[in-house]
Amino acid sequence: MSTAYGSGTAGHVAHHGERPRGLGRWLTTTNHKDIGTMYLVFSLTMFFVGGTLALLIRAELFQPGLQLFNPGFFNQLTTVHALVMVFGAVMPATVGLANWMIPLQIGAADMALPRMNLFSFWLLFFAFVLLISSLFMPGGAPAAGWTLYPPLVLQSGSAFPMAVFSIHLMGASSIMGAINVIVTIINMRAPGMTLLKMPLFTWSWLITAYLLIAVMPVFAGGVTMLLTDYFFKTSFFNAAGGGDPVLFQHVFWFFGHPEVYIMILPAFGIVSEIIPTFSRKPIFGYEAMVYAIASIAFLSFIVWAHHMFTVGMPLAGQLFFTLSTMLIAVPTGVKIFNWTATMWRGSLSFEPPMLFALSFLFLFTIGGFSGLMLAIAPADFQYHDTYFVVAHFHYVLVPGAVFAIMGGVYYWLPKWTGHRYDMELAKWHFWLTTIFVNVLFFPQHFLGLAGMPRRIPDYATQFADWNMVSSIGAFGFGLSQLLFVWLIVKCARGGAPATAGVWDWPHGLEWTVPSPAPYHTFEKAPELK
Amino acid sequence: MPAQRTANRALVARLLLMTAASFAFGFALVPLYGVFCEVTGIGTRAALSRAAQAGTAVPDIGRTVVVEFTASVPGGGRFALAPVAVSMEVHPGQLYEARYVARNLAGHESTGQAVPSISPMRASRYFRKTECFCFRPQHFAPDEEREMIVRFFVDRELPPGIDRMTLSYAFYGVEPVAGSATG
Repeated sequence: MSTAYGSGTAGHVAHHGERPRGLGRWLTTTNHKDIGTMYLVFSLTMFFVGGTLALLIRAELFQPGLQLFNPGFFNQLTTVHALVMVFGAVMPATVGLANWMIPLQIGAADMALPRMNLFSFWLLFFAFVLLISSLFMPGGAPAAGWTLYPPLVLQSGSAFPMAVFSIHLMGASSIMGAINVIVTIINMRAPGMTLLKMPLFTWSWLITAYLLIAVMPVFAGGVTMLLTDYFFKTSFFNAAGGGDPVLFQHVFWFFGHPEVYIMILPAFGIVSEIIPTFSRKPIFGYEAMVYAIASIAFLSFIVWAHHMFTVGMPLAGQLFFTLSTMLIAVPTGVKIFNWTATMWRGSLSFEPPMLFALSFLFLFTIGGFSGLMLAIAPADFQYHDTYFVVAHFHYVLVPGAVFAIMGGVYYWLPKWTGHRYDMELAKWHFWLTTIFVNVLFFPQHFLGLAGMPRRIPDYATQFADWNMVSSIGAFGFGLSQLLFVWLIVKCARGGAPATAGVWDWPHGLEWTVPSPAPYHTFEKAPELK
Repeated sequence: MPAQRTANRALVARLLLMTAASFAFGFALVPLYGVFCEVTGIGTRAALSRAAQAGTAVPDIGRTVVVEFTASVPGGGRFALAPVAVSMEVHPGQLYEARYVARNLAGHESTGQAVPSISPMRASRYFRKTECFCFRPQHFAPDEEREMIVRFFVDRELPPGIDRMTLSYAFYGVEPVAGSATG
């Protein structure tokens, strides 16, 4: 075991040797860089699995009528697409970046709990083997939507317990990952790295990790209640036995709303690293950025019922959840303002990470504004469960979280591989992705406002044109991502050597180690200037 | 570095405790939800299925409220349930009787339980049932059809502005339905 805190003599013998080779390295490694790489590769794979499901959905919706799939299978596609993208693509990507970068950013030799780190990766891996194999069970995969609302979800076939168990595994994996991040950040910072000197990516992950610990267990409890309702005749959500299906919606969204911040806060952190580098200026209002993340995290716990306005709630409830939701715009606005102010009179250059960060800034804000519209309870009655909602959350998740992650990959890739990548190809990837993501999702605003419901395999002919545009955008977006894979493979194999600093204005401990980052870094804690 | 390991272990233990507390909180939401519904007047099933004492108050003849009756049979097929009259004009404070007809379609002996709800929900705490078929399970012979009654009054305290309310029953077979779709 090549860990900084490995116990026993065997650990110390292997410690200073060469990195282990072959398949065994990847099965047994406890090195934070290897595990980070595994998370990132896993996430990219799941991005393509979930993307393929999305393209099947868009293929069916290319024209009105039922062309390719029966409605039951279509529902499985939307459900599995969402679960794979949320838990398999976005979350593991941010965990992978955390594994790679947090120890480098705070000057630690490794994560605090390396074996648990490896365990949480493999739990996640098998969670998805389980979830995806449920597609091939009799009756197919779960088809009740990623929100798993009863009583519909209780009508699933053999896939139901598989989905629940897979959610338990994912939950355990993310909680262990979160514990690891917190212990690493709290206990392993280099001397002199006080909390308010930490890079913002590390800060965003510290807060995200606390969110994970607070809400993942609630979700695990909720799906456990579904499981006992299904098999052991309990009546948590069964009205016939005195339960209430609406209770599940409360439990789900108490988890579900913080969950969206679990996906976006690390993205905020990445963008806060990229924009100063390519503006050649320190971040504007560092402390305000930290407090903004913390307030967003706090507010995320008291807004959940804005997902449930149409379910019915007292007027006071509607007012409370409308206003508390709108309040989130304040700290988010602070962040957008500070990113913009960082660029103000900066010496800007537009390398691929910066392009993705700028695109994030602009397009995420569009998603934020449609979120404000959805927060207004009386207006939500029109938007609820339409494509407007689909457009909203895809704007915050794709050009939001995913663009930030891609920007992060372009930002740190030379540090990981030791090679500079093909800038021209990366710019092609950026422009194609940005153009097609808008062709894909922007028309869905129009469809939703015109009344097209989400999660349907067929639609009225009045929606035909924009659906066709959206599907064309989807295929363009999907195919453009092949460039991303090609670029990463090319960069891993070779290229011009990268310097330790990589960029013109490197800032932070990760740029003080050589590129590629050696297998073991900061075995002796660095001196902070 | 034993000091580091001790510190890490202590922090891990605290974080695991937090995890356990969150898991417990998920289950605590079940009773909390009941309390929340009670406090806000949405009404829990227990409250909705409790018999009220007939009011001694004088009926408010000057005020008329329309009470509508509906029924649904989730899962379908095993029972039919319908109100005899779809609506009724009532004066707050006066006792009325409404009737529902249920029929067993299951083809064998069967027991059903009605779960009431009132809409709009802010009216639900003012709708008082003194007697209701929803208070206990109802047993049916094969193909049996029978009328069932609910006696109720609308509380005189009903806030102004509510001039119409709907009493809805969902009629379930008492064997839990969840999981029956397996296989």
